[in-house]
Amino acid sequence: MQEVQVKTLQELLNSFANKDVYIHLETTNGSYAAHYDEKFFNAGAFIRNAKINYELAKVVDDSPHRVGLKMAHGWVYAQGITHFELDDLGRLLMAGLDYSGKLAIALEISETPFTY
Amino acid sequence: MNLQPQRHILIVYPHPDDEAFSVAGTIAYYTKKMNTPVTYACLTLGEMGRNLGNPPFATRESLPEIRRKELVAAADAMGIQDLRMLGFRDKTIEFEDDEKMVKLVEGLIEELMPSLIFTFLPGFAVHPDHEATARAVVEAVRRMPKAARPQVLGCAFANDTIEKNGEPHVIVDIREMKADKVNALKAHASQTAWMMQETEKRVDNGEPMSESWLNIEKFYIINPDQYVN
Repeated sequence: MQEVQVKTLQELLNSFANKDVYIHLETTNGSYAAHYDEKFFNAGAFIRNAKINYELAKVVDDSPHRVGLKMAHGWVYAQGITHFELDDLGRLLMAGLDYSGKLAIALEISETPFTY
Repeated sequence: MNLQPQRHILIVYPHPDDEAFSVAGTIAYYTKKMNTPVTYACLTLGEMGRNLGNPPFATRESLPEIRRKELVAAADAMGIQDLRMLGFRDKTIEFEDDEKMVKLVEGLIEELMPSLIFTFLPGFAVHPDHEATARAVVEAVRRMPKAARPQVLGCAFANDTIEKNGEPHVIVDIREMKADKVNALKAHASQTAWMMQETEKRVDNGEPMSESWLNIEKFYIINPDQYVN
């Protein structure tokens, strides 16, 4: 993955528009957050291989970036995206890596299902 | 070291590296000094590991294969001959069908007839996958006739572990096997590189290797009858 270049990422997001695609969306503080800080309220969300079709996608030029996907009947968005790559299977992988290199959010788009 | 001989040891943990932190020294002693057969059933490949680095060395999708290779290398460092990767997904164990998980452990016990099982101490294992794994192991053993049960030793590291359970029942001095434990931890580089670097730096600076986790491993003897589902 490389740091987000808005123009390149926008073009990649556009290339998946109006197609049935599988998404992986994840936010996490890690399972140990409340172990290290008992006052920490640990919350996160995970969805993998949900099939969607979006008509409009936008990456906002404000780092860390926000990425929004507009669907016929709703939205998907992710906040805190720092890195991206188009992997060797043609999947668009985006991630938000915090200052210590830990993943805080991931948004991935693929025309074929992700593994289990 | 003064470890009881064992017919066969079964380790059941959900993540590659759980075993390195919890039992690597003890297991290396059993495999290398006592020729004990050991099976490690590792439920996931730690697919949800958060440490990808910045700049990143992996993606969410490439991490599992990296961790699979690390797990194989760690098992080798500990002298584990029978490594089983069970194909579950990280952070989902507690959402699986509980009975299916119990049956899975029952199947392993039936096949291997271990005299000793290592897992986590239910209620004091912090990570939901640890807890779900330990519950399945303890329930599988609880259903066995008492005379046939293997001993179950559990690792615990919740902040209130000692307050609620007292001191661990079994304390294994692993200094003799420290190199094996360090090698097992180093094998899980995607998870431990930063920590190992810090430790080596402190040692290079003349500070004592005071990290107790490199010197001793601590376990609670689990009485399955205390845990009725």
